[in-house]
Amino acid sequence: MSTLIDYTLHLADNSLILGQRNSEWCGHGPVLEQDIAITNISLDLIGQARNFYQYAASLINQTIKQSNNPVTEDSLAYLRTEREFKNCLLVEQPNGDWGQTILRQFFFSQYQYLLFQQLQHSKDEQLAAIAAKSLKEVSYHLRWSSEWVIRLGDGTEESHSRMLKAIDELWMYTGELFQAAGYELQTAKEGIGVDVSLLKPKWEEKIKEIFSEATLPVPEKVFMQSGGKDGKHTEHLGYILTELQYMQRAYPGNEW
Amino acid sequence: MITSTEISEKKIRSILEEVKDPEVPVLSVLDLGILREIKISENEVEIFITPTYSGCPAMDVIRMNIQMTLLSHGFKNVKVTQVLSPAWTTEWMSEEGKRKLKEYGIAPPNPKQQVCDQKLFASAEAVQCPHCNSYHTHRVSEFGSTACKALYVCDDCKEPFDYFKCH
Repeated sequence: MSTLIDYTLHLADNSLILGQRNSEWCGHGPVLEQDIAITNISLDLIGQARNFYQYAASLINQTIKQSNNPVTEDSLAYLRTEREFKNCLLVEQPNGDWGQTILRQFFFSQYQYLLFQQLQHSKDEQLAAIAAKSLKEVSYHLRWSSEWVIRLGDGTEESHSRMLKAIDELWMYTGELFQAAGYELQTAKEGIGVDVSLLKPKWEEKIKEIFSEATLPVPEKVFMQSGGKDGKHTEHLGYILTELQYMQRAYPGNEW
Repeated sequence: MITSTEISEKKIRSILEEVKDPEVPVLSVLDLGILREIKISENEVEIFITPTYSGCPAMDVIRMNIQMTLLSHGFKNVKVTQVLSPAWTTEWMSEEGKRKLKEYGIAPPNPKQQVCDQKLFASAEAVQCPHCNSYHTHRVSEFGSTACKALYVCDDCKEPFDYFKCH
């Protein structure tokens, strides 16, 4: 049970943190339509996160049986500390410029697309249902971000050089996506989770295809950072949580 | 006071016609195709609904409005349960709903087989302008004012309009 809870929280945290990051663009997008696009994607991700957190909360409440203070989707999002968050390092990286935000989204959407394609056949009915539901939205995210990677990579000298810089900033965080944490291995064995290491060839294939159209180089061997899935994060996550959790920390139990 | 024998599914359905999508107030929850099931027991009515998009903020409002509307008709014990599987699709929108959308100025979703799997940079699907009925339109943005819509403009009458995208 506890591995299933950890796995569900990992999926939820990935979506919440990237959703929060993308939402920082709200009102600051390069043009109105793209501002709306990135915040729509943000909304989809936060919606996914809510579904996963609600499920995690129900699992946790089954195990603790203390009815007067049950765990909720809100307490999981707002009252855990950074070492308790299990998201990948990639999603907590700063937005940088538009190119960096786009590239992060493209890397992650392709990962989520492959992941949810498998997870929708999970033995766990609720995870399967959330994956199937989210997959439809992720297909939009993937198409949109792929188009932008091509547009910027194969665009002007300026946009091309910014994409090169974005690759430099983000590539080192992509290895972790396919390094399974203990709870991923265990749930995969039980037919509940997905063995992420098996997703890597397909992910790389897609990156190569889009990068080649975008006239961008696929980096060779680079040292890959990891740790996020087990709660060891880059310094950025603390700042994200400070903003995200401010209201509940300052005014505990506050409701809109 | 309404006793359980008087409660029928038909009656509850007709009451739920009053519950509209707050973002698209011409569509009821029935038109949207998000009502899955109604379970009536001795002292409780349970309504099963499915979300349109995972993050649609309208869902919380709809959930509350279902309870408030049924309460105003005397149903005190109403539980609204969310079901995720199978995932909602615009195929479930009623024909009546599509007609109302168009009248309201939003182009209704195209049938699914036509479009849902687009290639990169594919030219946007042909969407009929809800104002002048021209098919001479183009997509401005794949994402619109809400998660369920895309932004279009008509090249004939020049009016911008929302398209309820197929999903």
